[in-house]
Amino acid sequence: MLDADDLAVFPVDSWIQDGVAWVALNLRPLFLAIKWPVEYVLNLNIYLLHEIPFLAFVAVAVLLAWRLASLGVAAFTAIALVAIAALGVWSEAMTTLSLITTAIVICAAVGIPIGIGCARSDRMWGVVRPVLDIMQTTPTFVYLVPVVMLFGVGTVPGEVAVVTAAAPPLIRFTNLGIRMVETEMVEAGLAFGATKRQLLWEVQLPLAVPTILGGLNQTVLTAMVMSVVVAMIGAEGLGLVVLQGLGRLDVGRAAVGGIAIVLLAMVLDRITQKLAQPGGPGGRPLLRSLRGLFRADRPVENQAVAGKTVGGPAIANPDQ
Amino acid sequence: MTERLRVENLYKVFSKSPEPALRMLAQGAKKAEVLVKTGIVVGLNDVSLSVPTGAIYMVMGLSGSGKSTLARCINRLNEPSAGRILLDGQDIVTAGEAELRDIRRTRISMVFQHFALLPNRTVAENTEFGLKLQGVSPRVRRQRAEEVLSIVGLARWGNHYPHELSGGMRQRVGLARALATDADVLIMDEAFSALDPLIRTEMQDELLRLQRSLKKTILFITHDFQEALKLGTRIAIMADGELVREGTPQSIVLEPGSDYVAAFTREVDRSRLFDARSAMNPVQPVPLAAGLSLAETGDGGGLVLDDAGLVVGALDADTLRALRTGGTSLGNLLRKDFVTVHECDSLLDVARAHRAGRPMAVVDGAGRLTGTLAADRILAGIASTPPQAAGGPHA
Ligand SMILES: Nc1ncnc2c1ncn2[C@@H]1O[C@H](COP(=O)(O)OP(=O)(O)OP(=O)(O)O)[C@@H](O)[C@H]1O
Ligand SMILES: [Mg+2]
Repeated sequence: MLDADDLAVFPVDSWIQDGVAWVALNLRPLFLAIKWPVEYVLNLNIYLLHEIPFLAFVAVAVLLAWRLASLGVAAFTAIALVAIAALGVWSEAMTTLSLITTAIVICAAVGIPIGIGCARSDRMWGVVRPVLDIMQTTPTFVYLVPVVMLFGVGTVPGEVAVVTAAAPPLIRFTNLGIRMVETEMVEAGLAFGATKRQLLWEVQLPLAVPTILGGLNQTVLTAMVMSVVVAMIGAEGLGLVVLQGLGRLDVGRAAVGGIAIVLLAMVLDRITQKLAQPGGPGGRPLLRSLRGLFRADRPVENQAVAGKTVGGPAIANPDQ
Repeated sequence: MTERLRVENLYKVFSKSPEPALRMLAQGAKKAEVLVKTGIVVGLNDVSLSVPTGAIYMVMGLSGSGKSTLARCINRLNEPSAGRILLDGQDIVTAGEAELRDIRRTRISMVFQHFALLPNRTVAENTEFGLKLQGVSPRVRRQRAEEVLSIVGLARWGNHYPHELSGGMRQRVGLARALATDADVLIMDEAFSALDPLIRTEMQDELLRLQRSLKKTILFITHDFQEALKLGTRIAIMADGELVREGTPQSIVLEPGSDYVAAFTREVDRSRLFDARSAMNPVQPVPLAAGLSLAETGDGGGLVLDDAGLVVGALDADTLRALRTGGTSLGNLLRKDFVTVHECDSLLDVARAHRAGRPMAVVDGAGRLTGTLAADRILAGIASTPPQAAGGPHA
């Protein structure tokens, strides 16, 4: 009888081992070049988030949540942050948050341009799309294998894994957002003599912003999940709290880590989700929200005012 | 009238390799045949037309007849497959990228059916869009935007967003955006079709009002014949990518030339469309007495003209007969109760002016008699059968 194990005659593992060893040795400058900006941004974020006083952080976070989302989200943010501190894992939470914010920065810097490129070139999309498919169907856990092989272990390799896992949704949504812009809008741009670049900056990108922000929300959530998983390759943060708790069969410690993770995830999700929601037919949530930051009236109220004026004035020739 | 835009033998087939289809079309094949044999959709099949400067040139036809394709070829949103499009003598089809951009920025602008306003920009920002693309400084373009917004009656709406406006107001913004660049040629593809009937009529009046002072050359696409009649100085009718009829509104209604065209003209209110000239009997004055001539009105009587062609009076049938046989003197027999209408008056106005038993004189701008009109001819002009002996369409 043929046994399954009889077929395992090919030493695939050692081939890959050799291959990766060769790649790691010969393409070392490439990986250093990838690692360097990640490390730089990550360290900066870790430094900033740990230096900022607790109360100042809570104040800024609550203000952001209020302006970008709503009063409810702001209240929830305050409670969640205080709870995380009360659980005694504030420093770890800040490390996790550093992993996430770094991922946002790098994903935005790399993912949005790639997404734009994909939207403008079917050929590029044809190449990128299957890669994204593979990346998004790969379980987060499996990401760790090539990362460890190529970048080693620790917080910075962990961040590389976080960025790699979190980038696909942003690329996808950017591509989608630009392609979804109505043809009549694009044609209006062309008909008035827009160059390709003007078309992108004046028409396509602004109209794609809500969709891109939707992608950003996905990216944040993926980064959140991944920032926990990468504890397994030695990255610090809340994930490590859970992992250590499990390792020592310290259920209490593991649960503390878990609760803090959930709270942080919910705060991030609520804020970024509100950001991405199209704020009415105007569809300018980000700009309006950001503008709202510097104005006395809240964005939600802006909308209400706008809504009221629609039905108000006479339809015809109001000025003549 | 000079010519602003000229389309010569324009073809558009929607295919990456248009040659086989173009060859079939050149040999006289029609759209349907090409579609069956090659699977290629023909948008335009040998279209030639000439748009005079300052005209509102209407293009109409059933859905799928190629109206939009024609309009979009003019600013090359659709790439023509063959033929020439001359804007003031310059061929647009062969223009390079930069040249084309320049044409789109400064010489041809467009108003869209569904407005195509950018929702993330205010009314003023939308209006100055074209100028922004040209790199005009913010202060100058904002000033220009305010100018054109007040022209279209939206002076105080600059800081609002498009979603705060009604459909009619949005299309005014679309119009303002097109006017802001000072382009001479406007392409309006079903610009009023998305508006409800009342607003639509209002926008048509507005366009006519604006056109009186702006004198743009407008290519206006519509599938509404009433709209074509109301706005158009000339009308082109398309079917299956071909131009099947072209002419003034009156001439098209008078002589549709085919059932396809006639189907559009059936519901037309001819009394508003046709003028006195189209129904009148042109006069052939015959000498009557020294310095006077006679134009017969067809009922036995006639109108008496002086040397300059001005009407001095009318003679009824009995008097005229008496005059011819007897040699009575003319002076006190002339009736002064004739009705005068201008040759450009609509038949509706003519019918209103008509009085039973009084002869009707049709005069030109200088007051000279050009024709006479009797009740039966007015009715014939309003009814759908074209009057036989009329002066015909002045196309
Ligand atoms: N991008 C395209 N690809 C293929 N065929 C097209 C394309 N655009 C238009 N056509 C075809 O060209 C023909 C003319 O279309 P066009 O849009 O010019 O019609 P239209 O007269 O403007 O109709 P409507 O009144 O519905 O707007 C149609 O048969 C249509 O199917
Ligand atoms: Mg159309």
